[in-house]
Amino acid sequence: MENKVPMLEIENLHASVGGNAIIKGINLVVNEGEVHAIMGPNGSGKSTLALVLAGHPAYEVTEGSVRYDGQDLLELAPEERARKGVFLAFQYPVEIRGITNAYFLRFALNAIRAEQGIEELDTIDFLDVLKEKLEIIGWDESMMNRPVNDGFSGGEKKRNEILQMAILEPRLAVLDETDSGLDIDALKTVAAAVNKLRKPDNATIVVTHYQRMLNYIEPDFVHVLADGRIVKSGGKDLALELEEKGYDWLAPEVAAV
Amino acid sequence: MSKSSTAETRYVDQFKQFSANGGKSAPAWLKELREDAIGRFENLGFPTTRDEEWRFTSVKDIVAQQYELATKRELPSLDVAAVAVSPGDSHRIILVNGKFVAGPAPESLPDGVAIHSLGRAFESHGELVRLHLAKYSCERENVFAALNAAFITDGVFVFVPPEIVLDRPIEIIYVSTSNRPMVCHPRCLVIAGRGAKAVIIENFTALEGSEYFTNAVSEVVLDANADIGLYRIQREATNAHHVATTQIYQSRDSRFALTTVAFGAALARHDIQVVLDGEGAECSLRGVYSIRGSQHTDHHTVIDHAKPHCNSFEHLNGVMDDSSRGVFNGRIIVRKGAQKTDAKQNNGNLLLTESARADSQPQLEIYADDVRCTHGATLGPLDQQSLFYLESRGIGEADAKRLLTYGFGAEVFTAVPDSALRERLNKLLKDHLGAANAK
Repeated sequence: MENKVPMLEIENLHASVGGNAIIKGINLVVNEGEVHAIMGPNGSGKSTLALVLAGHPAYEVTEGSVRYDGQDLLELAPEERARKGVFLAFQYPVEIRGITNAYFLRFALNAIRAEQGIEELDTIDFLDVLKEKLEIIGWDESMMNRPVNDGFSGGEKKRNEILQMAILEPRLAVLDETDSGLDIDALKTVAAAVNKLRKPDNATIVVTHYQRMLNYIEPDFVHVLADGRIVKSGGKDLALELEEKGYDWLAPEVAAV
Repeated sequence: MSKSSTAETRYVDQFKQFSANGGKSAPAWLKELREDAIGRFENLGFPTTRDEEWRFTSVKDIVAQQYELATKRELPSLDVAAVAVSPGDSHRIILVNGKFVAGPAPESLPDGVAIHSLGRAFESHGELVRLHLAKYSCERENVFAALNAAFITDGVFVFVPPEIVLDRPIEIIYVSTSNRPMVCHPRCLVIAGRGAKAVIIENFTALEGSEYFTNAVSEVVLDANADIGLYRIQREATNAHHVATTQIYQSRDSRFALTTVAFGAALARHDIQVVLDGEGAECSLRGVYSIRGSQHTDHHTVIDHAKPHCNSFEHLNGVMDDSSRGVFNGRIIVRKGAQKTDAKQNNGNLLLTESARADSQPQLEIYADDVRCTHGATLGPLDQQSLFYLESRGIGEADAKRLLTYGFGAEVFTAVPDSALRERLNKLLKDHLGAANAK
């Protein structure tokens, strides 16, 4: 447990949207190599936290700080965060009409490679990368010629998020309810892909409403979010306890903070 | 509109000169057709914004300019390969200022196929031309089409005999070039026999030159079960005026698919009129217009479901940058008895600035009771969620905007069946928007 390298340090984070305070003082440290699960009832602020980390312009940070690799994350534009390795798998991936998946992915990968000073990939070299990553999520190339998420089923959209993650190889991946709307087979595929992408020097935050996903992606820590604050933290057993008892038993602790 | 209006008189004088000179050697029926057309032009007069069909588009700049009638017809030094949209082995025709200058060698064509000047067709296919020329282009109401008809000399003639499938596309390149303000009236007549199939590209482009006015009319006649894919690329000079009518007449079970791209001209007005005059006919109109500066582009489409069991699909997307203005008017008529009509119409408008403007008007006139007609229009700036999605993947704001703008146009081309042409259209759009980005 020595030599922990902190990657993400969230201190007393407060955030609001449209003047409504949603996050009311979150403290969280994520070290390299760790998987953190953030659970909590609807409206507890889970997705807001994910979107704040990615830099969504609709969310305003009113107090506190977020450091990423020792740097102030909040002063970076969304694309700068992405280029430095922050990745958000969206709860509701957006449809981009007229742009094929392959074109979009190559564009994104090259933007990130440019930041890292690596040579851009042409169509042919990119295809090699793509083929390898497609295997991870069990897709063939036909999905790549379709417009991004356009006409995709809910499950296909979630898989597409994980494919993007596989290609962009983020240092910090935030999965926002990637499990919701997935049947058990799709869930297993997605979880296996996420596990495959785990490395000693990257980290994952899994935001989820259900314990189910954590059977397949084993977290090091589980945090319970309620009314914009982390009200309980523990190991993976906490998730099982939540599954069994629900969130109601936490109510006194929620009231106490 | 009074007869004494000087602009109209100027064109009538031009017509008299033309009839006595360049237009002299024409068959009697054509002379009659022209006389009739100039009469209608005079009666109708140039429209103003008080005319319902021209509410959003003023032609006062066209009316005010004293254009000379184009005469120049030598082939300028033109890099055909750079201008052309189709592959190198296509059947190419070149018109300069509306006049036919080059076409494919007859021996390169399958038996019976004619691709040559309209002037020659008056002799080679006299009866056929007489039967179809200017019979569909609504000159009764359309003053610009009437003006075009008054000046018919040559132009393009394409005839694909029954059951012939042309495996290579035909590309018609309309080049404008002049050092004085000039007007030309390009004319194109395409006749597809029963079961014939062809792909045709109309490519309007300009060399250096001064302000000019292109007043084009193209007519496409499809006999039963014929299949025509028409692509239309309009990249006129940005100080030019472009008014055009594309008139389609479809017999039973015929299929027609139009894909248009409009980037050019200070003022562009394109009327597309389709008559579905036989059961089982279907048509699709797809288009992208992308304009900037103070450009003005107007598309007026009419799809006339005259017979039952016909399908029509229409999707035009416009991208308006700077203080440009896009106009779309889509009329769908379902005639009495045209049961089981299925008509879909969609017009999207992307406004890239606060001062860009778009007007979108669907017009459904339905006189049958067992039909399905849907229409939709959107108008607005780039979607913020989409923008954030792209940015969250490392794509910078300017690139993300350009990508989304491109996608908004390219979406329309997704259904273009010919992958080579689809890629070519996508590239045209990409290059066009890239140029906008670099400004």
